[in-house]
Amino acid sequence: MSRAAQAARPAFTGRKARFVALCLLPGAVFVLLFTYYPMIRGAVIAFQRYNLFDITSTPFVGLDNFRAVLAEDRFWTALRNTGTWVAVSLFFQFFLGFGLALLLRRHFRGRGLYQAWVFFPWAMSGFLIGLLWRWMFNGQFGVVNDLLLKAGIIDERIGFLATPGWAMTSVIVANVWYGVTFFAIMIMAALQSVPAELYEAASVDGASRLRQFWHVTLPHIRPTLALIVLLRIIWILNFPDLIYAMTGGGPAGGTDIITTFLIQQVIGGDYGRAGAVGMLVLGLLLAFSVFYLNATRFERSR
Amino acid sequence: MRRLAKGTVLAVWLLITLFPLYWITVTSLKPKAEIFSMPLRYWPGEVTFEHYADLFSFADFGAYLLNSLLVSLAAAAAVTVIGVLGGYTLARFSFPGRGALMLAFLVTQMIPLFIALGPLYLLMSDLGLLNHLAGLMVVYVAMLVPFATIIMRGFYERIPVALEEAAQVDGASRLAAMVRVVIPVMLPGIAATFIFAFVQCWNELFLAITFIDSEDAKTIPVAMNSFITQYDIDWGSMAAATVVSVIPTLVLFAVIRRYIVEGLTAGAVKG
Repeated sequence: MSRAAQAARPAFTGRKARFVALCLLPGAVFVLLFTYYPMIRGAVIAFQRYNLFDITSTPFVGLDNFRAVLAEDRFWTALRNTGTWVAVSLFFQFFLGFGLALLLRRHFRGRGLYQAWVFFPWAMSGFLIGLLWRWMFNGQFGVVNDLLLKAGIIDERIGFLATPGWAMTSVIVANVWYGVTFFAIMIMAALQSVPAELYEAASVDGASRLRQFWHVTLPHIRPTLALIVLLRIIWILNFPDLIYAMTGGGPAGGTDIITTFLIQQVIGGDYGRAGAVGMLVLGLLLAFSVFYLNATRFERSR
Repeated sequence: MRRLAKGTVLAVWLLITLFPLYWITVTSLKPKAEIFSMPLRYWPGEVTFEHYADLFSFADFGAYLLNSLLVSLAAAAAVTVIGVLGGYTLARFSFPGRGALMLAFLVTQMIPLFIALGPLYLLMSDLGLLNHLAGLMVVYVAMLVPFATIIMRGFYERIPVALEEAAQVDGASRLAAMVRVVIPVMLPGIAATFIFAFVQCWNELFLAITFIDSEDAKTIPVAMNSFITQYDIDWGSMAAATVVSVIPTLVLFAVIRRYIVEGLTAGAVKG
């Protein structure tokens, strides 16, 4: 581009605009090509008969895929399980994580070492965590059974992962164990972002520690907390790894959540049905996100 | 009293956190007969490394490790660079389309990638990227770019613009100001983002098992997935594989941990 042409443009174009475009282009291209394009294609496929094992004929079938999915009991079970899985996991992760972050907030001897060890699970994958707990919850040689027997809490071994109610409890226990660390890290980072001056000012004013927490800390970190919680809900929902490794969704769909259900459709090769399930999840998530973001924005502006 | 209570709570939590890891390690060191025998032993009667040896002789675990390392490092590095650049522009400039782009990135955080798993498979197939590490890498980059960019933008917004403006007044260009003044302040955040991206890639299971099934492109999760789909799980080898695959993330995590927990821009404002 010639110098004259550049100069003729309004203020934003030129060097600044080039810089902005250059910085954003790589990310935008990746996301467009490998996220949005497949998603749009998935939305189209949801209205097609599209089976991987017969892709010569992929006619549009209207809402057939949706009807088929909604008529399945397993879908509704998965939907109910998803609610339990997300709500119970999040509740314990958040409060235990927040508690841990508060306990670790002030310096004490050995804090660094303690953090190194206690944050350790975060370095493991959900899949590995799932395998690890699958072994611990083993009905015969599992250590959980052994410990509970020794403590006299149970009289005989429980087939944790083979019994419907216990299976859900087991996967949630594993998920909580895993997620507390994440919350602790994020919340500690948020706590440390509160400028020390604010506390100094508050102590000068004679505010108690509880009041400081309530009136200084919480308002300051609330936007971050909101974002963390929102992202976390979505991650828990998108976290079939652990269930996949522990129970594979069993027994008889007892630990199936919407995303393990979705993956089963994809593995089964029925992309049309998978697309339909995907669209249903998408609708739920978008409605939830809009609701949540609005609610937190309201909180902030109050 | 208060300190004692605090100490007890911390100790109990530490025990709960570490026990599963202790247990999988002990399992990996027990002879097969002892793993499946009663009563359970909480300390191996006889320590053996046979399960580790099996991994590298029967399964080609060394190659899987290398594949995982390669994909994760490359993807995490790319994501971090893209996040550093993109986050900066989103934090510091207002330009047409900014809101739309932010929304486009945020939306990807709301949507399970599995929605697109089928079509993504078809796309990778069309591009000839199935069974290639490069294919896995580009998908991982796409998967993590929105998160990295949004998080980075947040970090930048906590840094006073005055810091850069001072550098620019001193005659530095915008890019130079960014590299010399802003980035050093951001290092903890950048490190945290890099590690986060690395761990996500290292851990990723479903995309990998969908796109990869050739022996020479397998990553660790893909290989371990084939262990559990067998009829009987060999828990000795499984435990050993778990321990081995956790080591790289552990090392990286330990090295940069200080930056993660130290907070993000502490010190910069106080100067």
